[in-house]
Amino acid sequence: MTELTLKINGEDVTADVEPRLSLADFVRDHRRLTGTHLGCEHGVCGACTVLMNGEPVRSCITFAVAADGTEITTIEGFDDDDPMTMLRQAFHENHALQCGYCTPGMLVAARDIVTRLPDADEDRVRLELAGNLCRCTGYVGIVNAILSVIEKRQA
Amino acid sequence: MKSAKFDHQRMVTLEEAVAALGSADGEARIMGGGQSLGPMMNLRLAQPDLLIDLSRVGGLDGIEVAGDTIRIGARVTHARIEDGAVPGVTGAYMQFVASGISYRSVRNRGTIGGSVAHADPSADWPSALLALGGDVVIAGQDGERRMPLDGFQIGPFATGLGFEEILTGFELPTLGEGAKCGYYKVNRKPGEFADAIGAVVIGSAPRVVCGATEAAPFRVAAAEERLAAGVAEISVADARDMIAAQDPGFDDYDLQIHAVALSRAVGRAFA
Repeated sequence: MTELTLKINGEDVTADVEPRLSLADFVRDHRRLTGTHLGCEHGVCGACTVLMNGEPVRSCITFAVAADGTEITTIEGFDDDDPMTMLRQAFHENHALQCGYCTPGMLVAARDIVTRLPDADEDRVRLELAGNLCRCTGYVGIVNAILSVIEKRQA
Repeated sequence: MKSAKFDHQRMVTLEEAVAALGSADGEARIMGGGQSLGPMMNLRLAQPDLLIDLSRVGGLDGIEVAGDTIRIGARVTHARIEDGAVPGVTGAYMQFVASGISYRSVRNRGTIGGSVAHADPSADWPSALLALGGDVVIAGQDGERRMPLDGFQIGPFATGLGFEEILTGFELPTLGEGAKCGYYKVNRKPGEFADAIGAVVIGSAPRVVCGATEAAPFRVAAAEERLAAGVAEISVADARDMIAAQDPGFDDYDLQIHAVALSRAVGRAFA
C-alpha cells in the first residue's frame, strides 16, 4: 500500500491505496464520485477524463499514486466554474447527449477546448474531440454546443 | 481491465532510481507519464513487478539551447512541445509532431523520454527524432553517457538502454532558418498510433525516415541521396522502390502506405 495525499474538488484527501489502483477507480470507489465514467480503460474513449492541476488527463491510465500532491477536479467539482456552467446549458440546449455515458469526459474535454482554444472553428473542435467517443449523438449536437459557448465567450 | 499487482517506489534522485533498477526483485520498469505503459498494464500486456516513479526527480523537464544543440529533458510532455516550448525551426517541427500524438488529455501526461524509451514502433517520437538526429542522454551506475539516435532503437520495444539505465533526455540539433522539415503519419483517425510514418529533416544533410514498421524505424538511404542532389519531390512509385531496397519485409499494402507517407512528408518539407 502507498500513502497518497491530494486535493479532490477542493477537499484535502489522504488515503492508503494499492499501487495498481487507477485514479478513476479511486475517485469512484473510494470517494464515491461516480460521475467519472470508465469506458475502455486503456486511454482511448475519454469517458474518464478529469482535470489534474487544471489540465485534462485520463484517470483510467493514471494510477492514483501518480496523482499524489496534485489537485483533481472531477465532473462533480465544477459547480462554480463559468465555462462549465455555460457548457452544461449549451449541451442541454443542443441535445448534445443521449445516454450520457460519455458526457462527463466530454464536458471536461469541452471545457479544455473553449478555454485553451478560444478561437477554435468547427474543424478544430472536431479534431480536438477525436479523443472522446460518443456512440449516440453523431457529435453534431456536441460540436454545436461547444461552438455556441466559444461564440458566447468571444462576445 | 485493471493492472496486475505491482510495487511502486517514488524516487527523489536519479541515483536512487538507477540503484532501484539494479536491486529490483523481478521486472522493474521506469514510468514517465505512463500513457503507453499504463494502457499496456491495464491490458496486462505488461506486468512489471516494480514501477519506479521519476515524477519527483529534479532536472528532467528542462528545455535549453546550448549553441547548436537543444537539450530536452526526458519528462517534457508532448503538450508542452505542442504549445511551442522548444524554440526555432527544430521546435516548429517538434510542435507539429507533438500535436498529432494521441489526444490532449494524453499529451498532458505523456513524455518524450518515455515514448522513446518505450520504443513502440508505431509511436511518433522514435521516428520523428531519428529524422532529426542527435543523441540520447542516459544515466547509469557509471554516470552519464550518450548514444546517437541512429541505432538507439533496435526493434519493437527494444533499445540500446541497459537494464540498469534510465533515459534522461536528448541533445538535438538546432536547425537553421533554411532547414526544411516534413512529417506525415498515416492513421485512420486523428491521434491514433500510426500505420505508417514518413519523416524528413533537411538540415546540414537530408535525413529521411520510414517509421511505424514491424521493427525499428529506419533511414531511407536512396531518398536521402535524392534530396541531397537537390530534388524537391519523391513520387510514391520512387518511394516504393527506395523503401523496398532496404528490405523491410512489408507486404504490398504496407509498402504502399509507407511510400505514400514518405512522399507526402517530402511534399510537406518543401511546401
